[in-house]
Amino acid sequence: MAAIHVITKNLVNLSLKKSTNGAVSVLSVRNHFNYVPDKKSEGKGATKKMNMFQALNNAMDLTLANDDSAVIFGEDVGFGGVFRCTMNLQDKYGKDRVFNTPLCEQGIAGFGIGVANTGATAIAEIQFADYIFPAFDQLVNEAAKYRYRSGNLFDSGSLTVRVPCGAVGHGALYHSQMPEAYFAHTPGLKVAIPRGPQKAKGLLLACIKDKNPCILFEPKTLYRAAVEEVPEEIYESKLGEADILRSGSDITLIGWGTQVHVLLEVADMAKKELGVNAEVIDLVSILPWDKEAVIKSAKKTGRVIVAHEAPLTNGFGAEIAATIQENCFLNLEAPVKRVTGWDTPFPHVFEKFYIPDKYRCFDAIKEVINY
Amino acid sequence: MLRKITGILPNAVKNASNVKTYATEATVEVKGFKLHRLDSGPATSVTLTKDEAIKYYTQMQTIRRLETQAGNLYKEKIIRGFCHLYSGQEACAVGMRAAMTEVDNIISAYRVHGWTYLMGVTPIGVLAELTGRKSGCARGKGGSMHMYAPNFYGGNGIVGAQVPLGAGVALACHYKGNGGMCLALYGDGAANQGQVFEAYNMAHLWKLPTIFVCENNGYGMGTSAERAASNTDYYTRGDALPGLWVDGMDVLAVRSATEFARDYVTKNGPLVMETYTYRYSGHSMSDPGTSYRTREEIQEVRQKRDPITSFKERILELGLVTQEEIKAIDVKAKKETDEAAAKAKADVEIPLEELYTDVYSNCKEPKLRDCLGYNIQHRVLNKGVNT
Repeated sequence: MAAIHVITKNLVNLSLKKSTNGAVSVLSVRNHFNYVPDKKSEGKGATKKMNMFQALNNAMDLTLANDDSAVIFGEDVGFGGVFRCTMNLQDKYGKDRVFNTPLCEQGIAGFGIGVANTGATAIAEIQFADYIFPAFDQLVNEAAKYRYRSGNLFDSGSLTVRVPCGAVGHGALYHSQMPEAYFAHTPGLKVAIPRGPQKAKGLLLACIKDKNPCILFEPKTLYRAAVEEVPEEIYESKLGEADILRSGSDITLIGWGTQVHVLLEVADMAKKELGVNAEVIDLVSILPWDKEAVIKSAKKTGRVIVAHEAPLTNGFGAEIAATIQENCFLNLEAPVKRVTGWDTPFPHVFEKFYIPDKYRCFDAIKEVINY
Repeated sequence: MLRKITGILPNAVKNASNVKTYATEATVEVKGFKLHRLDSGPATSVTLTKDEAIKYYTQMQTIRRLETQAGNLYKEKIIRGFCHLYSGQEACAVGMRAAMTEVDNIISAYRVHGWTYLMGVTPIGVLAELTGRKSGCARGKGGSMHMYAPNFYGGNGIVGAQVPLGAGVALACHYKGNGGMCLALYGDGAANQGQVFEAYNMAHLWKLPTIFVCENNGYGMGTSAERAASNTDYYTRGDALPGLWVDGMDVLAVRSATEFARDYVTKNGPLVMETYTYRYSGHSMSDPGTSYRTREEIQEVRQKRDPITSFKERILELGLVTQEEIKAIDVKAKKETDEAAAKAKADVEIPLEELYTDVYSNCKEPKLRDCLGYNIQHRVLNKGVNT
């Protein structure tokens, strides 16, 4: 645990350094992607420039202001959280509504489910996705099944768990993982992953409103790197609906979270180098997921690549590939290709080789086009 | 263990004023509390009215009868899944229930048939849940371990998992300021789960009105408490949390302890209460319950500590009830549970489409996949207790 906190501290320090030293130069060294801001706005009304942690903060601020029953808790959230997402919320709404928990993920999840059982809005933060596993039992066995096993007499639908996740360039084994596939195997849960500030706010508000227990995995590398115009009012992004970010006819590229930005760049490369028109889909929601959009696109292009940071075997790409072959078999020009993390623990020194970066994705496009 | 049991006996009955045949109220001395980090403990002199005596006796006897029926239905292979009987522990639930108010809540583990009945579900609601039939309190979808009612957040199949939930429920009481509290129950086996300590710690930090109740029946699944726990004084295991030990075979002691604990937690924050009790059956129906203890031990508890027999003798001695009244209660409890068991056997199962009912609120896919295709309509049935 002590080691974890040293690392956490370093991550925070690095983040802070980044903001004082000038974002661009540090980012270009660290990141394997170039952030592409959303152009279209999901909400209405005035917008404001926000990074992703500010957008999430804004969503929680609005929730606390409008829902008296809403409470936020997690390790260090009272101080703003290690990623600053809950900054100033305790000052504004009080210690009885925004409070620190001890380091006890299983307890946090169980406590949150109990709060949600009473009908109140519970927003829990698990400090890193890598720490969510002690809470796995509570989320899978309690949160997901409460409604079903009680014949809908009780549920934990007003629970939302926020979870910073994904590769950051130097997180190593326990500050880098993407565990979405584990949870996607659990009927009763909803799982979503934003690609930037606007989506993060919309998805968080949707998760909070949704009457099912939701997990929002937030790619932590986007907290500061992603900046765009975000509507200031309340709006909800749809859970279960994918976004087609770029329309194309030759190949479909599917990703979520940070990987979406890799794929957008790869689509540019494919256009420039190969004359290939790629369609880029942000799946947005892992459970439930937008089969319709994926199948429609796969039928149109006949070639599909799914890319995710999590390992290959049993990654969510496997579910997508299986669904595509089941529904689009006669439309396919090539087998569905998965470009993913390797089947190894997330490496300390080989991160650059581990992540499905633009070069690996580009190579996969060549392979699929020439199949 | 047996020596320990004899050591805490007897909870002497001292009828302070009147030993009359037709008393309507009596004062009873209960003793045997042990305290941890508490300056004072529960009241040892308690009042018992005739109505209360009848109520507690009826409740305990009905629970005993319900469990007998449950055991029989299981042996007849009509109950599937799991089945954990509460026989021997009745005074714990009845005593705690007697101290609860309308704004109080309870969450427990998987030995909850009795609690379900005490929280307002009828015997048929309990037994039909066990047989997986439509009249079950969760329409047969939860089974033995998952029964629910208003203010009763359910039984729970995962050892210890309900304990942090109890802290969460207590937060709602604290936040609303309604003066309520939550009883979070677990067994001596679950007391060694890590998340129990996580829940103690959080509840203490935030002064949540939670009574963590360790129902110590002496045995986890297949082993004795002594072999599983480094410290079997479960009431002391909350560390900074005050603790209270009570004889869980004495319904009036449990009631007095819970009243004290209720008052304490709503003013000061959580407390650990150990109810020292005994289960006659095995851990579940698949455990004969005799491989880690002797049959003689079980017999001895039945003879010397049985919560129902001892309470019956006490209230007869106090003149609060007559033999005839006791007889009438026994007959009624038997009749009621016999009829409920017959109904639970004859009742229909819920239709097949309930397999895909209430998985989600607002399911994205109206049609769900069966073996052949997307042929099943997802449905939503009940409106929740908490919505």
